[in-house]
Amino acid sequence: MGTAMTEIAQTARPSLNVSQILQRYGTIAILVALVIVAASMSDVFLTERNVINVLRQISGTSLMAVGMLFVILTRGIDLSVGSVAALGSVLSAILIQKYGAGASIAVTLLGGAACGLVSGGLIAFLKLPPFVTTLAMMTVARGLALIVSAGQPIVMGDSGAAVTAFGAGSFAGVPYPVILMTVVFLIAGTVLMFTRYGRLVKAIGSNVEAVRLSGIPVAWYTMSVYVISGVLAAAAGIVSASRTGVGSANIGVGAELDAIAAVVIGGASLMGGRGGAFNTFIGVIVLGIIANMMNLARVPGYHQQVFMGVIIIGAMLLQYASNWLRR
Amino acid sequence: MDKLVELSGIRKSFGGVHALQGVDFALDAGEVHALLGENGAGKSTLMRVLGGEYIPEAGTVKVGGEEPHFRAPSDAIARGIAIIHQEMALATDLTVAENIFLSEIPSVISWRDLNRRARALIDSLGFAIDPAATVADLSVAHQQVVEIAKALSRNARVMVFDEPTAVLSVQDAERLLGIIRTLRARGVGVIYISHRLDEVFRIADCITVMKDGASVATVDRSEVEIDDVIRMMVGRSLKALFGEDVARSPGAEVLRVEDLGDGGRIRGVSLSVRAGEIVGLGGLVGAGRTEFVRLVFGAERAQTGRIFIHGKEKTIRSPGDGVRAGIGLVPENRKEQGLILDFPIRVNATMARLGPLVNRLGFVRRARERAAVEDLAKRLRLKAGSLNDPASSLSGGNQQKVVLAKWFHAGGDILVFDEPTRGVDVGAKTEIYSLIKSLAAEGRAILVISSEHLELFGLCDRILVMREGEITGELGPEDYTEEKLLRLAMVSPATPETVDMN
Repeated sequence: MGTAMTEIAQTARPSLNVSQILQRYGTIAILVALVIVAASMSDVFLTERNVINVLRQISGTSLMAVGMLFVILTRGIDLSVGSVAALGSVLSAILIQKYGAGASIAVTLLGGAACGLVSGGLIAFLKLPPFVTTLAMMTVARGLALIVSAGQPIVMGDSGAAVTAFGAGSFAGVPYPVILMTVVFLIAGTVLMFTRYGRLVKAIGSNVEAVRLSGIPVAWYTMSVYVISGVLAAAAGIVSASRTGVGSANIGVGAELDAIAAVVIGGASLMGGRGGAFNTFIGVIVLGIIANMMNLARVPGYHQQVFMGVIIIGAMLLQYASNWLRR
Repeated sequence: MDKLVELSGIRKSFGGVHALQGVDFALDAGEVHALLGENGAGKSTLMRVLGGEYIPEAGTVKVGGEEPHFRAPSDAIARGIAIIHQEMALATDLTVAENIFLSEIPSVISWRDLNRRARALIDSLGFAIDPAATVADLSVAHQQVVEIAKALSRNARVMVFDEPTAVLSVQDAERLLGIIRTLRARGVGVIYISHRLDEVFRIADCITVMKDGASVATVDRSEVEIDDVIRMMVGRSLKALFGEDVARSPGAEVLRVEDLGDGGRIRGVSLSVRAGEIVGLGGLVGAGRTEFVRLVFGAERAQTGRIFIHGKEKTIRSPGDGVRAGIGLVPENRKEQGLILDFPIRVNATMARLGPLVNRLGFVRRARERAAVEDLAKRLRLKAGSLNDPASSLSGGNQQKVVLAKWFHAGGDILVFDEPTRGVDVGAKTEIYSLIKSLAAEGRAILVISSEHLELFGLCDRILVMREGEITGELGPEDYTEEKLLRLAMVSPATPETVDMN
């Protein structure tokens, strides 16, 4: 065949225009702006203690956000993560008293996986809508957590020493939950960028029919992201229990919204196919800093919620500005 | 006398691209004027200028001798210009009558009056459609009728049809041509854009050919032959359109299908394709050809029948099974079923067989992948800036090549093409035909569905014709006439109402 017809020139990348810059670096811009504002508002903000504190506070949400990212990449949504975290929290606290830390953590993570397997299976194989299915799972998991704990906080006590040591301890000044969070983000980022699994998850979110007609077993992949989300939500529950020493069925109320907000602030598209782990990580930090700023500025709790919503919308507007500029 | 529409010296560019470079075009009342040209020649841009969507940088638009200076589509509509889009712009959840009078629905609706007026309009086009029916429940053809009625309700004097028959079955296309004749008789000026030249030659009074943003020529239909028009469009003849012929001889049987059915529309189809053979599937839109090949590929579950590949029976219950059995499907709708448009060409091309490009931990080996895709691009003569560009950045023909690259890479020896050149310009068509022929010459078994009869005749070694989910006959090259094909494709004997062979 004539090679003259082939033109695969290795052309230089065209210089980025404003909308591309916003799309690529918008999330980081938000973060930088927030840090500058926060640092100028409070001398405490940039102290090591406060920074560590912020990171520790976001460690639970961040695990849920990673799971949420995988789900959102396939064009799904998982509203059950907060409830599954609560289930994880009470399960781990109860089991640890009888079976020790290792078995308790393993069974709890399996429980989270089971929740994801049920919703994911219904969504992937029976084609139920993700929103409603995980909404149902949200009340089921919360209900299970309340049943298991009889509605009472479960104090782990001495038997939970290993777990609480994880929650309170640190390595070289970095709390263990923060290390866990970092590792999870690194793994997620690697999977999404370099592996077949990550590529196919994103591809399914972008055009599921084209992927199916390429012979890929789409349903299994779709189900798997809910399993990942369930496991990470249960892990978030364990982290919560490890930090307080108490398993509670009341944690994680509304956490699904924080997780979704973090993913979206990180520039992922709710229509699937677009988003990454690094930006989601920044999204979680942005949320953490906003909450921290308001605490430092002594904004009362109720007001904080209003501000939080306003700031999230502001961050979204910045993300969407890139789309408007493109037209 | 003033022309109904007169465009002169129209220029329009986007960024640095000169889409229109001084185009002249004129339309009389009661005239059907075909506008032809390859994709990208500027036909649609010109019509958007006429429709008030684009404001030209230079040139004048005159309607009935006046120069109205369109600023927005509503200005053009007010002047009686209606554009019937290929993707119809109807509110599918509303009723027929609501759609027709959408822009002028009064705040208090008299349903009886609205429905009566809608019915009168539709009747005048020679159709019987319930004005109270929901548009989503109508066939594509009937939706088009509603769109035309909507334009008539606004007293349109100029109607632009952009590829109106691309989505229609043969009978419906016939009826549409009938409507256009009615419109012409009423004094409406019709601008007709189509890639189907046989159709153009039956309906048009006058033909304007565009190329590279300029009008090449305007001719009377009676003065030219199809071949002349093709030469004007691409500078080559009909014979050359189908690419160079490669010597090939059919080998052993590769695919055999026995009595395949889905328990509904497909009622037991059997066929066999040999290595090196190109077999066409002819028939009307809706005859079940797409459904049938989707069963073979596993995109849909078959209920009855057996599939043999190289003589061995295979169970195919999912596209994954199909791919493993060596089948590749180049689907009808490239953008929705064939490609992930936002994703790089590279990713699209390797989607169907990532196995060899992935290490044991599931990591994609980028270097190996790049080498594989560069090789594919070379073999398929893909024209792309970079293989990391999104598939959406390519032209229709090159997008189709990416879909082909996917199946090349998957390595199967059965390829099924469903409308392989839909929405592809004439130049790229030739390349795709040549590719299909060379694929067959390399020993693959090839099945081609096409609604363009010329395409089947030019490409296939034999044609199987389907009607209502069954194969009704087979044509060899000596029987390649439109009449014979249609006779098998339609409920015989063909009625004069549906087949107008003149």
